[in-house]
Amino acid sequence: MILHVENPVVEVHDLTVSYDRKPVLWGVDLTLPAGSLVGVIGPNGAGKSTLIKAVMDLLSAGSGYVRIFGKPIEEVRNRISYVPQRESVDWDFPASVFDVVLMGRYGKLGLFSRPRKADKDAAMEALEKVNMQAFAKRQISQLSGGQQQRVFLARALAQNADIYFMDEPFAGVDIATETAIIELLRTMREQGKTVVVVHHDLQSAAEYFDWVVLLNMRLVASGPTEKVLTQELLEHTYGGRLTVLTKVGDLLRKQQFPAREKK
Amino acid sequence: MAMVGDAISHAVLPGIVIAFLVTGSRESVPMLIGAGTLGLLTTFLIEFFHRYARVQSDAAIGVTFTWLFAIGIILLSVFAGQVDLDQDCVLYGEIAYVPLDIWLTDSGYNFGPRTIWTLSVVALLITAFIFVGYKELFLTAFDPGYAAAIGLSTTAWYYALMGAVSLTTVASFESVGAILVVAFLVAPPATAYLLTDDFRQMLLLSVGLGILASVAGYYLAVWLDGSIAGAIATVTGLEFMLALFFSPSRGLLLRRKQVQPVQL
Ligand SMILES: Nc1ncnc2c1ncn2[C@@H]1O[C@H](COP(=O)(O)OP(=O)(O)O)[C@@H](O)[C@H]1O
Ligand SMILES: [Mg+2]
Repeated sequence: MILHVENPVVEVHDLTVSYDRKPVLWGVDLTLPAGSLVGVIGPNGAGKSTLIKAVMDLLSAGSGYVRIFGKPIEEVRNRISYVPQRESVDWDFPASVFDVVLMGRYGKLGLFSRPRKADKDAAMEALEKVNMQAFAKRQISQLSGGQQQRVFLARALAQNADIYFMDEPFAGVDIATETAIIELLRTMREQGKTVVVVHHDLQSAAEYFDWVVLLNMRLVASGPTEKVLTQELLEHTYGGRLTVLTKVGDLLRKQQFPAREKK
Repeated sequence: MAMVGDAISHAVLPGIVIAFLVTGSRESVPMLIGAGTLGLLTTFLIEFFHRYARVQSDAAIGVTFTWLFAIGIILLSVFAGQVDLDQDCVLYGEIAYVPLDIWLTDSGYNFGPRTIWTLSVVALLITAFIFVGYKELFLTAFDPGYAAAIGLSTTAWYYALMGAVSLTTVASFESVGAILVVAFLVAPPATAYLLTDDFRQMLLLSVGLGILASVAGYYLAVWLDGSIAGAIATVTGLEFMLALFFSPSRGLLLRRKQVQPVQL
């Protein structure tokens, strides 16, 4: 079930991406509504990270095109932010928390120019939003997983973008941090921003997102959460993995998820 | 990164030999051009093998430089009779001869040792490059994915950095030899990394440690009546060992109690 919206913020048209001529994403065609919290969900290796990277043009697509705010990405890069998977960088790198958050301002600064007071203030403000201001001077090698994740988030916030792509921001964070982050994302949505989040916990997905994209090499579904998170579509996404499916079934029953009754 | 410097310093050998054979002289400019070309070719080849042939990057580096270095050695041994360039000189350099290679103008004015001038210009260029591109170099080194996402060309910065490494390597190579170049590319930054967690401090500290090693190495060589380059390389190694054991933050012996991250 693939639903489309009028005036989408993100429009992906017939996107195919391959590594070494081996396609990992096939003909993905979707649109996302503005001002929403979008969850991208699928099993490991489904191509979730690949989709995000291809949308941001960090990987070249074999075919298809992407429009963000109706424009090619190169024209709107300064309105877009990205939170990469936490494991994608070396946290032993000699940098402080503040150094990393300040990177969020680099896109707006040209060559030669150094961060000004306004940039430093913005970085500090972003740290406050994730409740990490006390750690500004701390070395990034001394952070816990959840703190690293919040530093990455603060860097994206410092950019003050209109759309955010976040790759597994909840991976390896404790429940308190997760709650704090989702609160923050909701506030951003209230301000009209769009947040696209790669997520793999089905339990919380129903609660967190307005719109869900189910992916497993092909696009299985894209639509409002209550229409997409159904037993049938999840079965389709996760294939015949019984353990997962039983859990999902239990979950849907336990939560009395409305979509189930609609079937 | 350290490996790439190592690779370049070896792979420039055929460039130097070819420049030598073509011009028949030990003029620095043709040598720099020959070596610089090979230096860049090395970075391109490594990227090419890694990205398009899907060879692991350490393997790509290993294949590229051993192959180019071998070509250099073959050229050197085949033409050894004709050229006044020997393997020892290329590998170990001879810093002691630097003061003998004087830059004299046609009117006979003495500017002092030639390499002092070339290396000073290179040092200025590199410092300027770091000043201009500090933010970009810092970001692309830490998180290339994010750098690309905000519109920086990670490829362009990678080649700019590698160009700077080639330039430095090639310019220093002539006077100090491949081994000392590699020692200086790797040891002082590695030592500084053990001593500080701040990127700026790390850059400054590497320079300081390099200078210290040069001075100490020189006197060590005089005292032992040995090779200057060898003594300097030994001191860089010594600095690293000392930091490894005694660094206050990362040392094996004195590691201060790890600050426990606070869970919020
Ligand atoms: N750089 C790469 N080179 C080759 N294959 C890759 C690369 N990155 C990912 N893949 C493959 O592409 C598929 C999708 O990966 P990914 O997008 O990371 O999945 P997900 O984020 O959903 O777990 C996987 O089968 C993975 O092995
Ligand atoms: Mg992933």
